[in-house]
Amino acid sequence: MKAARFDYLRAADVAGAVRALADAKGEAKIMAGAQSLGPMLNLRLARPKLVVDVSRIDALRSVDVANGTIRIGASVTHARLEDAGTELRGNAMLQRVASDIAWRAIRNRGTVGGSLAHADPAADWPLALSALDAVAVLAGPNGQRSLPVARFMLGAFTTVLADDEIVEAIVVPELSSAARWGYCKHCKRTGEFPEAAAAAVFDPERRAARVFVGAMSGAPRALPQLAAGVAQQGGAALTTSAIDRELATIAPDLDAVARKMHVTIVMRAVQQALDS
Amino acid sequence: MDHPHGKPGQGIGARVPRKEDARHLHGRGNFVSDIVLPGQREVAFLRSPVAHGRLRGITKPFGMESQVFVRDDLASAADIVAPSTLPTYKLSGQPPLAHDKVRFVGEPLALAFAKTRAEAEDIIETIRFEIDELPALVDAHKARADTANRVHDDWSDNLFLTLDLDNNFEAEMKKATVVVTREIALARQAMVPMEGRAIVAHWDDRQGQLIVYTSTQSPHVIRVGLAQFLGVDEGMIRVISPDVGGGFGLKCVLWPEELCVAWLALKYRRPFRYIEDRREHLTAGANCRQHHYKLTAYADQKGRLLALDAVITIDGGAYSNWPFTIGLEPGQATGNLPGPYDFRGYRCRTYCVATNKPGFLPYRGVARTGVCFAMDLLMDALARAVDRDPFEVRRENLVRPEQMPYDNVSRKHYDSGNYPQALDTVREKLDVDAWRERQKQGEPDGRLIGIGFASYCEQSAHGTSVFASWGLPLVPGFDSATVRTTPDGGLEVRVGVHSHGQGMETTLAQIAHEVTGVPVDRVRVVHGDTGLTPFSTGTYASRSIVMAGGAVGSACQALLPRYVAIGAHLLKCEIHEARYERGEVVGPNGRVTLKDIATAWYLRPERLPVDVDRNGLETTVGYKPKVDTGAFTYASHGAVVALDPELGSVEILDYVIAEDCGTLVNPMVVEGQTLGGVAQGIGTAMFEESPYDANGQPLASTFMDYTMPGPTEVPAIRIYHTETPSPYTLFGIKGMGEGGAIAPPAVIFNAVNDAMKHLGAEVHETPLNSRRVLEAIERARTALPERKVA
Repeated sequence: MKAARFDYLRAADVAGAVRALADAKGEAKIMAGAQSLGPMLNLRLARPKLVVDVSRIDALRSVDVANGTIRIGASVTHARLEDAGTELRGNAMLQRVASDIAWRAIRNRGTVGGSLAHADPAADWPLALSALDAVAVLAGPNGQRSLPVARFMLGAFTTVLADDEIVEAIVVPELSSAARWGYCKHCKRTGEFPEAAAAAVFDPERRAARVFVGAMSGAPRALPQLAAGVAQQGGAALTTSAIDRELATIAPDLDAVARKMHVTIVMRAVQQALDS
Repeated sequence: MDHPHGKPGQGIGARVPRKEDARHLHGRGNFVSDIVLPGQREVAFLRSPVAHGRLRGITKPFGMESQVFVRDDLASAADIVAPSTLPTYKLSGQPPLAHDKVRFVGEPLALAFAKTRAEAEDIIETIRFEIDELPALVDAHKARADTANRVHDDWSDNLFLTLDLDNNFEAEMKKATVVVTREIALARQAMVPMEGRAIVAHWDDRQGQLIVYTSTQSPHVIRVGLAQFLGVDEGMIRVISPDVGGGFGLKCVLWPEELCVAWLALKYRRPFRYIEDRREHLTAGANCRQHHYKLTAYADQKGRLLALDAVITIDGGAYSNWPFTIGLEPGQATGNLPGPYDFRGYRCRTYCVATNKPGFLPYRGVARTGVCFAMDLLMDALARAVDRDPFEVRRENLVRPEQMPYDNVSRKHYDSGNYPQALDTVREKLDVDAWRERQKQGEPDGRLIGIGFASYCEQSAHGTSVFASWGLPLVPGFDSATVRTTPDGGLEVRVGVHSHGQGMETTLAQIAHEVTGVPVDRVRVVHGDTGLTPFSTGTYASRSIVMAGGAVGSACQALLPRYVAIGAHLLKCEIHEARYERGEVVGPNGRVTLKDIATAWYLRPERLPVDVDRNGLETTVGYKPKVDTGAFTYASHGAVVALDPELGSVEILDYVIAEDCGTLVNPMVVEGQTLGGVAQGIGTAMFEESPYDANGQPLASTFMDYTMPGPTEVPAIRIYHTETPSPYTLFGIKGMGEGGAIAPPAVIFNAVNDAMKHLGAEVHETPLNSRRVLEAIERARTALPERKVA
């Protein structure tokens, strides 16, 4: 399959990209690493009139560490984070998550902002960044707005982004030295989108206790009771029945096998955090 | 094995590096997609979105009529019909473009051409068509029972054919005290060679020929087929198969797309090209493997098998293929199910059912992956039923070396070998005792250790009598090789088989070297062109190294006396005083090189004897083995797995193969074939599946949904060889191209079932994904009656 005809614009800056989106009135798609959009164009599942390439906008390609936060430009690749080394010591989970996304060839091109905006339910970044309490910075015709990543994704392949908005950056808080985290996923084979995934972050100095479960039908979901229980009681609160109960309330449609996989993965992610 | 580093030199048994690797490693191979001809037009197909329906009409887009074609436009091309002499077989004509009916999602309805593929696809999107949908026949068992709704209207039911075999079943089963029944199933899957289908066809005015470049295993057969279904003389067609990126069976049959593109080039006398994309590959024409078995083993108290009762159901899809026919799969399944085991009562009924899916094609291992899976799972179930170690029960049931040659219960003639020895080797190399100890202690991470084995024998290079018995329209006979001595003393070897990963540019050169002493780098193997090579039915059924190898060896042997005659004359001695010795003729007074002899023949004929053989230094010789029922390679595979009972995931910790494929021509090439085959077998076992929904819609249309094993899923595999030469073939060579893909599903499932033995859980259905494992554990835990496999 070859893509249907489309116009292509390489945006020079964020304002230019936003302008092009606004002019296209919903008929444009943003292209960053093209790891999801590329196949969708070729399969003619995505048929935009205009493709706005943001991969050359320098402002979207930097990682800045300052004031207890890590600001990741939307077009930063997974590989860039994987290779970041000590630059990301304030939040080692970012590097760990980045290094386990798909295969290196995909990590070389795929971007953090693209992953968020594409909003695949099984993608790593919506899950990991939700657990890390990251903030998404969006740019539109009226300037910037920010919101927690946990509220960015509305459902499968659906986000709060307006037609004329793009993700500009993701701001991730640095973790304290007391922080503990776990990230666990179950893939059919190495590099595939997971069948079950979970992230857990406990940072007592920031009073953060967050457990999220992903790879379900929609956006990653929080397990606040489990998170609070583990924060207060430690491993004693970590039981399969507790996870199963809470999962049943947020994802009642999971069948027995899927539920078992998710419960197991949540269990292991939290255990990883406790053991770290 | 005896020569872990290969025999010295460049002849049979040496690990000669592959001659073909340099161009592939440098990206300089020449595949069909690399061919660009002036004025070439790209072809795209409109494919049916409906699994079953009546095609009411197709409307060409206004202004594009000259670039869009439907079945009626191709009136001079016939439907592809594959006859068979098998009893009960029904004909299923496959139109190059659908005519009155559509029979699977992906069936070509129309084609369009344009300067680029994208533009051709743009045109495709504007073609309107009307289909009255019929209920889709998706499940083979239901389709078999349905006589009202039929894939082919002129049939009375949905059965391609039914095979029955009964050899002494009643008498033997009565002796049994243990009866074990299992239902076992393999998923439908695709073949997924790295290169899909690809065709470029153009008209050559100087030759007055249609030149068809196509990615095929069998250029000569494709020429036969194109001539037959286009209704033109064979002389008007030349088929060239350049570098081919894997075949696996997909590329030994004639495709409707080939017929369409050849028709276009013949009609318009300009180049047309069609390159299959991966979505087309996964959904529209490379289906294989989907078997269902209901097996009952009748055995004694120790698990010695006495009789086997089998009902096999094969989901044949919509159409029989040409030339192998859909009969190949049920024929092979029925005949090969007894495998390497010694028992004397066998009853088998095999149904091959038409459904609304792409036609079932022969895939590496043809039926034997399925029968090995079924038979070896049954063997382990039998062992559990008599509470014995599956290794012991399997071993005691194998044909013993003193029984060789052995005619089995399905009348297969096993030529040679020591089957139990191969199994013993696997057990020893796997260090089963140590693993059993570790299994007892339990893993710190909670995973369960399991050990599995499987044994098989692989009929290779089976010839005329076997294929004739399967009723094919095209039966292999003698394979020919032309060996031409060049004026400077090198060799050109021309063969009608095709090498596309098998390394035959190297191994055939090694055979020529073995006989003539000409260095391998001075032996040029020419293949893949009907204009340059003698006829062969091509590369399939693990036949080429036996058949083409035998032909090359025989042709080289036929040239030796001619070399000696000229050499003796040049040495001024009698012929009987001279002998051929590694590239030279040696006489009492000295020696002359092959170059001297070739120079005399081609360039300085005044030096030749007056009575020289006027056929010169080139010959074409046909070859087939003394007994053409096949040279049987055999092997046992064993694996250790770790199973995560909470996630259902399986990791292969170790994998060992003991194989005997007769004389090894090049151990490195043999190992490469085996490793690639095992990777495919792991795919069948654990990952690959082409599921269909109730409406016959394919659910795995990209690699997002169709999972292949990758480097992290294929473990380091250890291979051990013994060499029992075939008594029937030149040099004792046996074919082994498919074996690697045969055993892995059986081995891995047996290992997983071993790991779950204490849970009372068993799995019997490929692929072995987390869901199937967890469901099996859950079923055993709640002790519900076993779910029937579909």
